Amino acid sequence: MVSFNYVIKDELGIHARPAGMLVKEVAKLSSTVTIKKGEKSGNAKMIFGIMGLAVKCGDEVTVTIEGENETADAEVIKAFFENNL
Amino acid sequence: MKMLEGKVVFSGIAIGKISVLKKADQSIRRWKVEDVEAEKQRVKAAKRRAVEQLQKLYEKAVQEVGESGAAIFEVHQMMLDDDGYMESIYNMIETENVNAEYAVASTGDNFSAMFSAMDDEYMKARAADVKDISERVIRILMGKDDNDVESDEPVIVVADDLAPSETVQMDKSKVLAFVTKFGSSNSHTAILARTMNIPALINVDYTEDMDGKMAIVDGKKGCLLIDPDEETLEKYRAEKEEELKQRAMLKELKGKPTETKSGRKMNLYANIGNLSDVASVLQNDAGGIGLFRSEFIYLEKDTFPTEEEQFQIYKTVAQNMAGKKVIIRTLDIGADKQVDYFNMEHEENPAMGYRAIRICLTQPEIFRTQLRALLRASVYGTISVMYPMIISVSEVKKIKEIVDQVKAELKEEGIPFKDVEQGIMIETPAAVMISEELAKEVDFFSIGTNDLTQYTLAIDRQNAKLDDFYDSHHEAVLRMIQMVVDNAHKAGIWAGICGELGADMTLTKRFVEMGVDELSVSPTFILPIRKIIREME
Repeated sequence: MVSFNYVIKDELGIHARPAGMLVKEVAKLSSTVTIKKGEKSGNAKMIFGIMGLAVKCGDEVTVTIEGENETADAEVIKAFFENNL
Repeated sequence: MKMLEGKVVFSGIAIGKISVLKKADQSIRRWKVEDVEAEKQRVKAAKRRAVEQLQKLYEKAVQEVGESGAAIFEVHQMMLDDDGYMESIYNMIETENVNAEYAVASTGDNFSAMFSAMDDEYMKARAADVKDISERVIRILMGKDDNDVESDEPVIVVADDLAPSETVQMDKSKVLAFVTKFGSSNSHTAILARTMNIPALINVDYTEDMDGKMAIVDGKKGCLLIDPDEETLEKYRAEKEEELKQRAMLKELKGKPTETKSGRKMNLYANIGNLSDVASVLQNDAGGIGLFRSEFIYLEKDTFPTEEEQFQIYKTVAQNMAGKKVIIRTLDIGADKQVDYFNMEHEENPAMGYRAIRICLTQPEIFRTQLRALLRASVYGTISVMYPMIISVSEVKKIKEIVDQVKAELKEEGIPFKDVEQGIMIETPAAVMISEELAKEVDFFSIGTNDLTQYTLAIDRQNAKLDDFYDSHHEAVLRMIQMVVDNAHKAGIWAGICGELGADMTLTKRFVEMGVDELSVSPTFILPIRKIIREME
């Protein structure tokens, strides 16, 4: 299991478009990606799971990557957050 | 003629017939199903069909409004592909033995309620997306086809709310404006109206009997006029024409530099009095903001605005202007503008009374709060600060002392800020006369011609009896402008005009010849003035 923390910089938070892009990105990977904000967490494969967290600009989320290729996949996800959120 | 008020989400004028868009009857019956598996298969097939439809809509929208505008249909597909959403539907069919239509409707309601409950305007607006995808699946289940605007001539589309799938299906050449009862400034209707460049109003309480009637959408004042009389129609036709002219000019002049044929440049900036004006600053292609009147922040409140509140506003403007200059004028209120919490005493002559920088230097705590907010926001763009109602060098020195103290505080607290340009308004005859000395203390001058004219001519602008005596082109004022510009250039700083005179197109040529470096005018004057300057030798 690999995880990292990230503070959202996008002004709208994780809104529909980046959430959709994230779902597409995760679909390409073999790992299970979970996003956690406070008590709530959501599976990044599902758009409602991500949007349901209502992540706003400035919120800190914990992203967990689990699976056989978790180290490589974590890099991909991390880059996605840095470039899009 | 009937008038309904609404909130403007995109400005403009439209004249035409109303077409009320009725939602297809979507009352969902609930019944018991025996074959649960078959019912699940029905949902699966309907979902597959819905995703196909959305893919087609996506492709159509990419053509019409571009990829970012079309992205919502991709998001809709993903929503339908969401395991949680589908699981919930299957689960309801299995455990309650209900029909597919009912299960989809209930699940749609649940998921959309989740968004409605969120503490965020943007996320709240997404409830409509969930409704939209669920309704699509239900329509397919019920064997109904997509509805569309049926009309041969362009119409004003009026509806409760418009789902993205509805708007993209419309023939864009047949839509003059959008008017909805619900919706928000974040809704897709609003976004689409912006891309299509047509007016849109929300929160309009229309009735269905308005269908087919002649109407005017006034996307400036925010109202819908039904059955307008000939006189009103004439007035709006003229306005519409003006709007079209402005647009044509925009097409011709947007992105072009403001310079004479011989290459003398003029900085053409915009005056604004509120955050919402920034849109028109960008639309009219201003080179920056030459006067941001910060008063509204104080006038709209019941108590002193906090540093954080101010910071957010200045930051937003700086960011929206994306590096272009934003000159923010510090608090300029006086006894003539009512702000209760300032507890201002009644004055016989407020124009010459306790106002503007005089308040800031007497009650420095008010001033410091604003300065801190301004400096903090400076890292988000190019902010300049401008002080109003200056009459002496000692005032400027005092201001700079306070600014230095505030900077030292921020530094100590480890809060980042940039060195901002500091300038003063030249709006008193005293400041004109000592402009040579003042120029050594500041980075720029901006001439406030309204007050300067009133103080120089000793004429109260509000007094209609004096109209015959008032001369906005009075030689005294014009010579003062020349003097200020010359003294500024002698000290190596720039001088601009931000008063009404700056927008007086009969003087534009003269200002260029005088050596004025900047004109700051209402956004709508930017392009006409650019045109004049570009036609000069």
